[in-house]
Amino acid sequence: MSNDSPARETSGRALSWTPSQRELERQASRKSIGRKKALIATLSSVIVIGSLIRLIVTSPGWQSVKDTFFDWSYGGEVLGAVAKGLIVNIRLTIIAAILIGIFAMILALLRTSRSAALTPFRIMATAYVDIFRGVPLLLVILLIGFGVPALRIEGLTNSVLILGTTAVVLTYSAYVAEVIRSGILSIHPSQRAAARSLGLSSSQTMRHVVLPQALKRVVPPLLNDLVALLKDTGLVSILGVTDAVRAAQIASSRTFNYTPYVTAAILFLLITIPLTRYTDRVLAKSMKRQNAQGAA
Amino acid sequence: MNVLEVKNLRKSFEDNVVLNDLSLTVPDHTATVLIGASGSGKSTLLRCINLLDTIDDGSIYLDGKEISDPEINVDEVRKNLGMVFQSFNLFPHMSVLDNIMLSPVRVHKLPKEQARDEAMTLLRRFDLADKADQFPDRLSGGQQQRVAIIRSIAVKPRLLLLDEVTSALDPVLVNEVLSIVRDLKADGMAMVLATHEMGFATQVADEVCFLKDGNIIERGPASQVISAPQEAETKDFLRRVHEAGRL
Repeated sequence: MSNDSPARETSGRALSWTPSQRELERQASRKSIGRKKALIATLSSVIVIGSLIRLIVTSPGWQSVKDTFFDWSYGGEVLGAVAKGLIVNIRLTIIAAILIGIFAMILALLRTSRSAALTPFRIMATAYVDIFRGVPLLLVILLIGFGVPALRIEGLTNSVLILGTTAVVLTYSAYVAEVIRSGILSIHPSQRAAARSLGLSSSQTMRHVVLPQALKRVVPPLLNDLVALLKDTGLVSILGVTDAVRAAQIASSRTFNYTPYVTAAILFLLITIPLTRYTDRVLAKSMKRQNAQGAA
Repeated sequence: MNVLEVKNLRKSFEDNVVLNDLSLTVPDHTATVLIGASGSGKSTLLRCINLLDTIDDGSIYLDGKEISDPEINVDEVRKNLGMVFQSFNLFPHMSVLDNIMLSPVRVHKLPKEQARDEAMTLLRRFDLADKADQFPDRLSGGQQQRVAIIRSIAVKPRLLLLDEVTSALDPVLVNEVLSIVRDLKADGMAMVLATHEMGFATQVADEVCFLKDGNIIERGPASQVISAPQEAETKDFLRRVHEAGRL
């Protein structure tokens, strides 16, 4: 970007000069190359996207699809109910995210610890991660949601909302634990050696040297998981929790019009797209920082 | 009184014998310089003394106490040992001051105020006081290594281990690091250092040890080992160093 202006800022010091004839020619040709590229990008976008739209709109079933999926007046009618359901998804996401954070951190620390006393817990943590990463979330929700109440244990909740959240927390903790663990393992052994040589114990080394660096590194993948978590909370609707998905289902089964589903999808996108963009920005920033460190 | 005694040390990584029946004595307030080609075992010896690597045979004594005993509390031993690495290994997420204060506060349980005062005193002494709040990536290599040295002496170790502390630096930055080491030597800090800087070795060494294939081939004052080596292998090594323009 700094190439555009003839006078560049260098560490607060302005260096000004009169560009040479050759540099002026180069700037002119860079500009013309840029214009050509913009033209090509526009043309290709119009052609590709335009023909896709044409393909859909001219398809034989388009009119009936339009009526059943994109009936905007009906969509507006159900918007309130679906939005109310989405609040459930959001609350569920926030509560689950906190619980997942705590549980996943414990799992990751157990899996990376070398303490002899913790050996049984280390084995259990490994087995846990293997199992819950390997079973589809939908199955876990069904098993917990229908299995736990069937036990008829006194004092145990029958609330589908709590059981559904539990299932989501159990599965996501396994994923997130692995993300945190990979962050811990990505810290170079020389950092650990330096800390240990200063007399820090292995747990002090973890707490003051390894974890702060590891967590900083895994923020972008964790934000990714947060987006996925928000979407996957929609799966608890299968237990009968009235979230956005369930609300849309109820509305569409009443009229056999599928517009409520599209409405729910749009509402999800309104949250997930900004969150994804933000994640990309955080990732780009952290990459830049790491590259700068590598160059130093 | 000897700070360090290493007796008949053996260390191998799988089939590769790195230290082979090596013995070494470091009297208090003296500097022992290890010279030798890369792979001769200098770094491994330092890592074994620091208990970062476990040894295969032999024993290591610090202030007369055997530290190669598996029952020993390694964290207690390391309280008395400072180590400086070739690649600085500062903690990138902490400021210069926090890097230096970490061990005094967390390991030696010094009150924060006192640790800060002591750290600032050291930073001032070595002309780094203005960098106290900077993060390591804003510092030059020479400044980073000087901070790493300050970090390792902030806890007043009995023995300082320096592993090729200038090898990763620009030639113009080497001297600012070596001058700290010279100052510490003048203070009477006992040290073992591995280096490729022969001129510097001559200045600070009370004893120079030439290592080859995990053993000390020749040892003695610098005036002997570096200026008038007796062994053919030492002569050969120094001739190659000389050709590389490092003498």
